[in-house]
Amino acid sequence: MAESPDEVYERVLAEEKGKGSSPPVAEARAKAARHRARKGLPTDPAEAAKAEAAAKPAAEQAPAPAGDHEAKAEEPAETTEEKPQEAPSEEKPAAAAVAKASPAQAAPAQAEGAPRGRGAAARAARSAAGGQIAPERMQRLLAVVKPEAIQRVEREPIDRVNTWPHLMAAEAVALLAVTVFLMLFSAFINAPFREMANINQTPNPSKAPWYFLGLQELLRYFHPQVAGVLIPQWLIVGFFATPYIDRNPSNKPHERKLAIVMFTIYLLFFAVLTIVGSLFRGPGFNWIYPWQIPIVRIFEF
Amino acid sequence: MATKAPEKKAPEKKTGFPKPGEILGEQWDKFREAQLWKSIFRPGSIFRKGHQDSPKSRAYVVMNNVLYHLHPVKVKRHGIRLSYTLCLGGLSFFLFIFLTITGIFLMFFYRPSTEVVYADMTALHTQVAFGQLVRNLHRWGAHLMTVTVFLHMARVFYTGAYKPPREFNWIVGVILLLVTVLLAFSGYLLPWDQLAIWAVTVGTQFALESPIVGREAYFVFVGGGQIGATTLIRWYTLHVLFLPFIIVAFMAVHFWRVRKDGGISGPL
Repeated sequence: MAESPDEVYERVLAEEKGKGSSPPVAEARAKAARHRARKGLPTDPAEAAKAEAAAKPAAEQAPAPAGDHEAKAEEPAETTEEKPQEAPSEEKPAAAAVAKASPAQAAPAQAEGAPRGRGAAARAARSAAGGQIAPERMQRLLAVVKPEAIQRVEREPIDRVNTWPHLMAAEAVALLAVTVFLMLFSAFINAPFREMANINQTPNPSKAPWYFLGLQELLRYFHPQVAGVLIPQWLIVGFFATPYIDRNPSNKPHERKLAIVMFTIYLLFFAVLTIVGSLFRGPGFNWIYPWQIPIVRIFEF
Repeated sequence: MATKAPEKKAPEKKTGFPKPGEILGEQWDKFREAQLWKSIFRPGSIFRKGHQDSPKSRAYVVMNNVLYHLHPVKVKRHGIRLSYTLCLGGLSFFLFIFLTITGIFLMFFYRPSTEVVYADMTALHTQVAFGQLVRNLHRWGAHLMTVTVFLHMARVFYTGAYKPPREFNWIVGVILLLVTVLLAFSGYLLPWDQLAIWAVTVGTQFALESPIVGREAYFVFVGGGQIGATTLIRWYTLHVLFLPFIIVAFMAVHFWRVRKDGGISGPL
């Protein structure tokens, strides 16, 4: 044990090369040995395995047979894999199937602490060979999986379709239809344009943009403070608070009749006000019928 | 297979010159295998050579396109029924892009100064190629967007899509509705004709009625006692820069939350 970690590295590297190991494997084993030396652990892999086995309860000492594989694989901690080739042969297919990488390939990557997605292979192989706890865990965070995704396997799978082409085709059609509609509408009906703005010459009637005409219509019935401030204010507050007022968890129409009726009343109320304000109000904001509006004024909104 | 393979591999010995179409086809195929082409069209693209329609390539189409990536790879089957969403949210987003493009076109010909603005508008109608058409598109598109955003809200209400876990996205949606109306309203003044100035005069009277902050708010937004040159430049800046900035920020949150809250709501 008088060797320094770097000397251990050189020695193991030379030994491995003497045994005819390929350069990456030799290097990985040398690095693993150096790491163990730094930790003050036995540098020889066989000794290390024995030391670890002694520290564990007897039940876990046995070399993992294939059937025990899952239980062993659940042990936390990454490992510095030293002798993947010595893993029992029945382990190899399992590990390879999990990570699509043979233990031999996984070894150098794990030894260097490289964050590769081969942890499963290394863990499976380690459970057989008896492994070591690495000093740090460098991992990629691929996903945070919610517990129910794993545990509630009995949950009904939702019927899903590919966004491409099923949804995107429908969207493309909708998009083109709206473009065609707008192009045709714009080709035949010009945007309104009157004489130049003159703040001293009030046109009759003076109307707000159509989306405020419901409120302007309300002004005829209520005090300006009510129609212009209180009602719009409460509408906005009501909209914001909707999810917190409506505590009914169902989204089935027949289970939320009150909400639907109330919202429909609101919609109809404001639709009527806006239509009346837009089409049934002439000079002085007095009642007229749409056919009394000059034809050039119809699309002035 | 084994019997067929040799037949395929043995190319016919060509005699004479190849036809121009063959050369073009070969070059086209070569070009589609080149690094340049492959770097532009990522895996799954239908423009790639050897594209095959498979579940994997369908997934790649969505994953490998920045715009399509707004969507998940798969959606609930009921969500693609037209009768569930009426496409209203998507159309609102599309109209926003449409209005941005037409609006940028209009900005080339518009100076927000009361001395020249009316002349600019007249010139837009009479001298600029497609000026009148693009202005029409912008105006009617804006009205349509106000309608689609409002109807989208109604749809979300009727399908109960504001319920947990989507409460916050409903709030973001209400903000988007308000900003949409503000965008429409601020754009209403910009033509600077009698319709514009008086509609805005009537509209801003509502602010005057508000208690406490009413007069101050009116002063800030109108830039004085009555609508004039200061109002125009303020509303122009709000319309072309400030409000679009706000709405894009909230749209980003809105779309992101749709995904995070579990995609489309339902089924009913």
